[in-house]
Amino acid sequence: MSDSTKSSETRTIRVGALARVEGEGALHIEMRGREVSQVRLDIYEPPRFFEAFLRGRDFREVPDITARICGICPVAYQMGSCHALERAIGAFDAVDPAIRTLRNLLYCGEWIESHILHIFMLHLPDFLGYESVISMAADHGTVVKRALKLKKLGNDLLAAMAGRAVHPVGVCVGGFYSPLDPDRARALLPQVRAGLDDMCDLTLFLAEKLTYPDLQRDYEFVSLCPDDEYPMNLGRIKSNRGLDVAQEDFGRAIEERHVPHSTALHSIIRGRGAYMVGPLARLNLNHQKLHRRAAELLPRVCSLVKHNLPWRNNFLSLPARALETVHALALAADILEAYQVPHRSRIPIVARAGTGGHGTEAPRGLCWHQYRVTEDGTVASARIIPPTSQNQMTIEEDLWELARQVIDLPDEQAALRCEHMIRNYDPCISCSVHFLRFTRTVKAAT
Amino acid sequence: MPQEAPASNSAKPKLAVYKFSSCDGCQLSLLNLEDELLDLVGAVEIAYFLEARRRVLPPPYDVGLVEGSISTPEEEHRIRQIRRDCRILVAIGACATSGGIQSLRNWADVEEFTRQVYASPQYIKTLDTSTPVASHVFVDFELRGCPINHYQALELISALLVGRKPNIPTHSVCVECKRRGYPCVVVSKGLPCLGPITQDGCGGALCPSCQRPCYGCFGPMEQPNIQSLGAWFTGRLGLTGRDLKRLLRQYNGYLEPFKQASDHYERLDKEQ
Repeated sequence: MSDSTKSSETRTIRVGALARVEGEGALHIEMRGREVSQVRLDIYEPPRFFEAFLRGRDFREVPDITARICGICPVAYQMGSCHALERAIGAFDAVDPAIRTLRNLLYCGEWIESHILHIFMLHLPDFLGYESVISMAADHGTVVKRALKLKKLGNDLLAAMAGRAVHPVGVCVGGFYSPLDPDRARALLPQVRAGLDDMCDLTLFLAEKLTYPDLQRDYEFVSLCPDDEYPMNLGRIKSNRGLDVAQEDFGRAIEERHVPHSTALHSIIRGRGAYMVGPLARLNLNHQKLHRRAAELLPRVCSLVKHNLPWRNNFLSLPARALETVHALALAADILEAYQVPHRSRIPIVARAGTGGHGTEAPRGLCWHQYRVTEDGTVASARIIPPTSQNQMTIEEDLWELARQVIDLPDEQAALRCEHMIRNYDPCISCSVHFLRFTRTVKAAT
Repeated sequence: MPQEAPASNSAKPKLAVYKFSSCDGCQLSLLNLEDELLDLVGAVEIAYFLEARRRVLPPPYDVGLVEGSISTPEEEHRIRQIRRDCRILVAIGACATSGGIQSLRNWADVEEFTRQVYASPQYIKTLDTSTPVASHVFVDFELRGCPINHYQALELISALLVGRKPNIPTHSVCVECKRRGYPCVVVSKGLPCLGPITQDGCGGALCPSCQRPCYGCFGPMEQPNIQSLGAWFTGRLGLTGRDLKRLLRQYNGYLEPFKQASDHYERLDKEQ
């Protein structure tokens, strides 16, 4: 294919079905000579119409239903639904601090499980040159086993709090159906502490041993920015370019566009353009609020990857995820250590007409929900803005940039580099309430 | 280090895992077998599993696990090819065995749904219905659950490897709940629990263990007496036809006999 870069020739790099992503999508890059002429991240996850069939359901059913948008981050959908619905019915401010703490603990479980899955099973094989964790395990068995143990710990935390890890059953509008059993909390604590020590070690290993490709871009980073804690469930929504809105107003700050090649709607900041949500955005905007254990690691990680914050290279989302996993384990250990059964695990909930919007930080970035509820508690409308659809336009912009860098590589290698880059976003394509599917074949245009 | 995986070890049975319209949760449940995962990949050749690996071996495969429902024209076509590619085909999870939560569209106007969610409905290609795999091709076994239970998945794969019938219970959640000694949420709290008509398998009457009523994510048990439970709920708990319709039309709503019963309560609701 060395002649494919002749100025007159058109070359197409297609990845028919992207592997090691959650959901389905495809990649399509067209080059004319040395110029990139088209880039498309096709999302062909079949539409499932969540926002349509939520209408007419009772508002109390919503957290169970929206969990089914994504099996990898059901807690993110449950938390988005619960907070937005509590705003809609006017119960938001009545939620007890103890319930909020338990919600953070639940989210810690999901961050741990999802981040470990992505770092070690889906993304690390790219950095170390394997087609999958299955092949990687033959040479790096110890690292894989340590990662599996941590992933299980995240799942165990979810199961202890809400019955099971995928589509937890314990979450409801107003709190939890039942409080965490103190015996289970006690049993988990030593495991979480041991996991924390191990994750600190693994974070330094990742920062030191991996080579991070250089793709610097001037992103607009968007995340929750609470005053007093690293973002998870609460806070105003801010960016590094001056976006600063209350939770309820986020829906008006952005615009969603429907393009032919995607069942996911593309989001842009009104009047500006593409933006990025996810671990890199959260870390850049909130690093001073990391748990002490993660904050202690940060300077060493920065010196090992040879970049100080803010990081403008999304390949560094991998160490960012690792630092967030340390944060989640440390926070979980603190909450478990101080845990006492709260006097109630949920506040009384009464149907009331209203509208509410709220976003929380899914492992892959801000996930925002808005609901309108009628007087008898029936959902009149629902709007859900998942993280991957918000990142989709930024991913395409990254691909324009990267396509220029890989122009002299054979198709197979060029496609690999592009896929590696796409996996920086931990794209959860199922998540896209409106989203697609990736196919994988690589071929030159005929 | 090699980017390509070592060549296939043809002595091991080949496993394929496919995704259709779904949330990825059942595939993730397979990856959630953390303690068993490395043994599992030692016992079978993972020949096709896009969520987990890039390498794809050519068909035929010994066992194919299908997650997700059939909801687009492309999926209708693809499932037929997959049936030809797999010696044993197993539908895993509520989407693949019942049509899933997205089968709620089957009672609605899909064009109207599309207009509501998408600004340019002409870009969207979808079927009017979301249906289980078995509505399209012959399926050798079905594993229920939204999501599947990972230990049931392990039992299924182990059984298929040695050629015996998987030991998957078909009794109700109620049986498991009693066995664990949980207080009955219908009797003690007056909550409408679907445990008496729902198949067990979630891993220990999970909802009653959290003091909430079961919502039927494993679908109907064998020969459930929905009429009797419905009479209890309307007579003693004061539920309406609309409430019962909603309860039955969730993650397995399009699966008989939940479907038939929900249609009945819908008619009742309209007459009320």
